[in-house]
Amino acid sequence: MGEATETFYGVIRRQGITRRSFHKFCSLTATSLGLGSLAASQIANALETKPRVPVIWMHGLECTCCSESFIRSAHPLFKDVVLSMISLDYDAPIMAAAGHQAEAILEETRAKYKGQYVLAVEGNPPLNEGGMFCIDGGKPFVEKLRAMAEDSMAIIAWGTCASWGCVQAAKPNPTQATPIDKVITNKPIIKVPGCPPIAEVMTALVTFITTFGKLPELDRQGRPKMFYSQRIHDKCYRRPHFDAGQFVEEWDDESARQGYCLYKMGCKGPTTYNACSAVRWNDGVSFPIQSGHGCFGCSEDGFWDKGSFYDRLTTIKQFGIEANADQIGMAAAGAVGLAVAAHAAITAAKRLTGKRGRVAQEE
Amino acid sequence: MDKSPQALTATVAVDPVRSASSERGVVYVYEAPVRLWHWINAAAILVLGLSGYFIGNGIPTIPGKTGDNFLFGYIRFVHFIAGYVLTLGFLLRIYWAVVGNPHAKQIFYVPIWRKSYWREVWHEIRWYAFVAAEPKKYAAHNPLAQLAMFFMFTLATAFMIVTGFALYAQGTGNDSWQYRLFGWVFSIRPNSQDVRTGHHLGLWMIVTFALIHIYTAVREDIVSRQSIVSSIIFGEREFRD
Ligand code: HEM
Ligand code: HEM
Ligand code: SF4
Ligand code: SF4
Repeated sequence: MGEATETFYGVIRRQGITRRSFHKFCSLTATSLGLGSLAASQIANALETKPRVPVIWMHGLECTCCSESFIRSAHPLFKDVVLSMISLDYDAPIMAAAGHQAEAILEETRAKYKGQYVLAVEGNPPLNEGGMFCIDGGKPFVEKLRAMAEDSMAIIAWGTCASWGCVQAAKPNPTQATPIDKVITNKPIIKVPGCPPIAEVMTALVTFITTFGKLPELDRQGRPKMFYSQRIHDKCYRRPHFDAGQFVEEWDDESARQGYCLYKMGCKGPTTYNACSAVRWNDGVSFPIQSGHGCFGCSEDGFWDKGSFYDRLTTIKQFGIEANADQIGMAAAGAVGLAVAAHAAITAAKRLTGKRGRVAQEE
Repeated sequence: MDKSPQALTATVAVDPVRSASSERGVVYVYEAPVRLWHWINAAAILVLGLSGYFIGNGIPTIPGKTGDNFLFGYIRFVHFIAGYVLTLGFLLRIYWAVVGNPHAKQIFYVPIWRKSYWREVWHEIRWYAFVAAEPKKYAAHNPLAQLAMFFMFTLATAFMIVTGFALYAQGTGNDSWQYRLFGWVFSIRPNSQDVRTGHHLGLWMIVTFALIHIYTAVREDIVSRQSIVSSIIFGEREFRD
């Protein structure tokens, strides 16, 4: 691992990257972050003069898909750049050190860069049984997380696991897997949800945080506004079919061949905040909807617990049975309708017999 | 004079002269703004319910060129227009609860603290269950109706307005006034799919209310010897015996 005090520019020049490529990277980053043209030179300046920010990358309960995504950041320059830009001092799956040597890095970073390092967390801690469901370096992960969070500058919650809980927190959540912001409450936390998050989004955010030494502007949910302020639906290229009322109804129907909107196939684009429809995946090659499959809302809270990925009206389990809003509503309205009809019948019968009774009396 | 609705309803309900004599009593209950609001509101809800149902379930695919069609867009547009009408109406109705006659306040509260209120609710339940022989007479809503109005209409409508505008804010964006006013909904339910499901359930709550409401209005009109349906059209409650 390189010395953290070195500048980023120094490192990449040593690796043989030209000054020209460096400036290209800075402009690209400024653009992808939605910053003005001035920002490119600001970024370049910061990277040339500021020491690299140490990053500790920890793994709790997770599947490592965030790391997998991160290292596939499409633009080759991006990957090289990002890996040399930060001083990635600790990241179990990709670091050379192991065992006690690796654990020593944590203590060293804590002591040497108190309040200066960024803690990137992939996955989340399970809290049940004192955290015994995730042991890391002989200790419950939650203890390690708390300790490292204590002296960090800020925390990046990578992916839906760290942001919302994801599959390990799906009902009934036996290990009580808990998102980071429910465990660490005294540090700035940025959520980068997605299962996994888009590679370019990840690298761009790392660039932002390490260059400017602060978190970007966050929305109400703690997500960076620059990538999470619009829904998949808002930028979906199939949106004109939605507005026209042209929907796929079977996976192999004519509408599917025409590339119509997947709303009726349960597409969660209208309720999902992510950058897929704008940035796309794998160097902008495609994204799920472009490949003919609806969005299933992987960057949203509790997306595993919202019933089938293929239902427009998702099911509600709170009533003891699994049914959607129409089934529940129609059953309720139907029952009330029957009751009303029965009530009307009794009322009519009573009036008739009542009248007859009265007539009989009068006679 | 005590102008609270209870005082009025109580005099009507127990006044021995009025209920015993065959003289016809007439009380002015629903002022013009309330009546106008009632029908605009009912129309808006009809439109919202239908368009909302289509929004929730989608429509059969429209063939032809995409650029020539905008049907789903129009359905949503109509929903939003009716949503604004409903909301404006609701706000004006609240204003009228403040400045209007005592009956105008009735749908906005339930006097849970008053024992006699619950006794009268019980009597209404017995009347609807064919146990009590005669309904009591009320100038405005009977106590059971008030209960239903408050929970199934007033609260349900407020819920629909709040969730509706929160969903609307998703389209208008995080800088919109809709988001500033109603974005807090997503602090309670971060996944807006839940908000949509709740909003959709609300449709059925209101449909159920409308079913009961229209049935009882018509039935009472026939059975209870007092004007009901004409009251919400012409404003006056007439006691026919
Ligand atoms: C009685 C009142 C209302 C009823 C019965 C109603 C009904 C519905 C229904 C059934 C849906 C489909 C939900 C789903 O399954 O996803 C819907 C969607 C929606 N409603 Fe309402 N609604 C009402 C009031 C409002 C109001 C006041 C607004 C505010 C402008 C509003 C705005 C919306 C929006 C924005 C959507 C989502 C449409 C889309 O994004 O395509 N609604 N409504
Ligand atoms: C054909 C349709 C309808 C008829 C005949 C009708 C009839 C009536 C009548 C007779 C009243 C007065 C009740 C009383 O004196 O106790 C009333 C009040 C009311 N109705 Fe309807 N109604 C209709 C549709 C609706 C719909 C669709 C809604 C909304 C879901 C609605 C909401 C209300 C409310 C909230 C009141 C209370 C008014 C107030 O006190 O301010 N009505 N309606
Ligand atoms: S495919 Fe999904 S995201 Fe795209 S327009 Fe249709 S519903 Fe919206
Ligand atoms: S399209 Fe939806 S489900 Fe697919 S990756 Fe993007 S946010 Fe996740």
